[in-house]
Amino acid sequence: MFSMGRRDKAVTSHKFKDRIPGFVTEEGTKIDTRTFSLRGLDQLIQTLLDHGYQCIGPVVRDGVIAYDKVSSTADLPQGWTDEQSPGHYRLRKREDDACFGFVVGPHSWKRFLYPPERRLWQLQKQGQSFVRVGEPEVAPRYAFLGVKACELAAIGIQDQVLKDGPVPDPDYTQRRDNALIIAVNCTESAETCFCASMKTGPEAAGGFDLVLTEILEPKHAFVAQAGSERGREILDALQTAEASESQIESARAGIASAADGQTRTVDTDGLRELIERASESIHWGEIEERCLSCANCTLSCPTCFCSDVEDSTDLTGEHAERWRRWDSCFNRGFSFVAGGEIRHSTASRYRQWMTHKLSTWHDQFGSSGCVGCGRCITWCPVGIDITEEIQQFRLRDQL
Amino acid sequence: MSTELLMPQPWVVQKTERENEDVVTLTLAPESSDHGFSFLPGQFNMLYAFGVGESAISISGDATTNGSMVHTIRDVGAVTHALSAAHVGDVIGIRGPYGSEWPIASHTGRDILVVAGGIGLAPLRPVVYHIIENRHKYKDVAVLYGSREPKDLLFRAELESWKDHNIQVEATVDNATPGWTRHIGVVTTLIRRAKVEPRGAAAFVCGPEIMMRFTASELTGRGMNPDDVFISMERNMKCAVGLCGRCQLGPEFICKDGPVFPWPRMSPVMTIREL
Repeated sequence: MFSMGRRDKAVTSHKFKDRIPGFVTEEGTKIDTRTFSLRGLDQLIQTLLDHGYQCIGPVVRDGVIAYDKVSSTADLPQGWTDEQSPGHYRLRKREDDACFGFVVGPHSWKRFLYPPERRLWQLQKQGQSFVRVGEPEVAPRYAFLGVKACELAAIGIQDQVLKDGPVPDPDYTQRRDNALIIAVNCTESAETCFCASMKTGPEAAGGFDLVLTEILEPKHAFVAQAGSERGREILDALQTAEASESQIESARAGIASAADGQTRTVDTDGLRELIERASESIHWGEIEERCLSCANCTLSCPTCFCSDVEDSTDLTGEHAERWRRWDSCFNRGFSFVAGGEIRHSTASRYRQWMTHKLSTWHDQFGSSGCVGCGRCITWCPVGIDITEEIQQFRLRDQL
Repeated sequence: MSTELLMPQPWVVQKTERENEDVVTLTLAPESSDHGFSFLPGQFNMLYAFGVGESAISISGDATTNGSMVHTIRDVGAVTHALSAAHVGDVIGIRGPYGSEWPIASHTGRDILVVAGGIGLAPLRPVVYHIIENRHKYKDVAVLYGSREPKDLLFRAELESWKDHNIQVEATVDNATPGWTRHIGVVTTLIRRAKVEPRGAAAFVCGPEIMMRFTASELTGRGMNPDDVFISMERNMKCAVGLCGRCQLGPEFICKDGPVFPWPRMSPVMTIREL
């Protein structure tokens, strides 16, 4: 329906091109692959802290695996995994000591690169006028430990929106430029994962400074490769050994089993056009019967970026501030104009979300807005499954 | 523009003009000379009432006048209410200008139709000013303006003065009140009265969406090339720079891709309800 007005933008890959995934290059030469033990991981965290980074990694908190400050491997969710299905998330004890033996929780790294709420500025009245007061906040210097492949893709997508557009968000840009990214390849998948069909994982394809694969065979260890000069420096500062053939094979097998273990798939062929054609489908109304318009999907989505601003004053009326907060296209007021809300119905809000994610994102930013992390499926209180809804639109499209 | 994201700059109210019951026009000058800027007809600013909030308001003044900024504001919510209440000497925050322009300068040598509904005349006034200043570059020009009631008409005295520049001006109201001797009916009914041949002409249209749809349909039905019909859209906006995501309409961000669009880019999305 939008095709008449569409101006195709050059499809720009959000992935770095500085490294070919895998353990050998396209030419067949072996990529320098190092290995270290669990103690080495502690050394890595310490090295990051010594380099002045705030190390953010997975922690068990509030019954989920969340992201927060970590200062040693003792903070990591060692021996835990996450069990996920539509509308369902449980932590479960593993039979081994894996530190990264889970997929993704309700948090994503956008929480740190694009905080849920942030004061943009403060103004003080001065006579009739106003002046800016307060120092701009200094962007933190984060090292992200344990960034999964789907999350790397999500960061790349948010870069397109918040950093690489005509007006970049200065705070995001600074946080992003400061951030050191240590990716961890997934070696298992949850029931909700579909990164393989979205071609974003389970192996990190680029955009990291360091990539680790946790292996349990022949012995619990980490296989590491640098993806940037910064990553190389960190890796060189650790006590590592050259990874053996069997370790590399174990890492490769783990990644392959994560891909093979995915039960959900999305056929992306023609998906953008399919959703575009479906703008007046009755199926949106069928989704509406289940959707609560609660916004969980958008808040847990690692690429959703919509925000609201709130202007306020203190009691004297002399000091004003502007705060930006995450918002959602499912919220009331999101589409409010002088004449009222544009999107009254839940059907129209779900349509906006899904159409943006899978179709108009291509027009705007040259890629899909979905990375296949499955969060919207897990965290939907009624278990609406985007992969299933895509399938429903396909079936109806063929009628 | 300030390097700080979404940072308004102080502008001083120089003049306030009450247009009707709920519409005022503010003329503003930058408090500091380095905050001055130029704009193109059709662009908008984000206007900030201290501590209350911001609203996207189109610029209704002359684009060639340096050093001042004119905004015509309808009092419909908390922010526009605070802005409407401004007195001479008060300070309002402005950031901008944002958005796409009416491509009037690239339609010289043509007949021009300006079609406005209600407050929609405000963003079109810079087009009329441009035509007046370059009258010889355009052929026949007509301004067709509709509002609900006679009391709602904007710039009433000024509308008459446009006739002095060989511009046909026709006004209509949905509901006449005593004393009204001109047209009654929706603005599209004026199109046949315009002394402008739609074939080969260009139209700049702003008003409620339904009015723009029917105007575009009437004009193209009378032979106007759809690519020569331009409309201006409105959506909820917080940032005006494509970051907050709120103003999306299909693939477009109204703030940075619009607000002015050629009709063929909007017509497919405007008939889909609640898009």
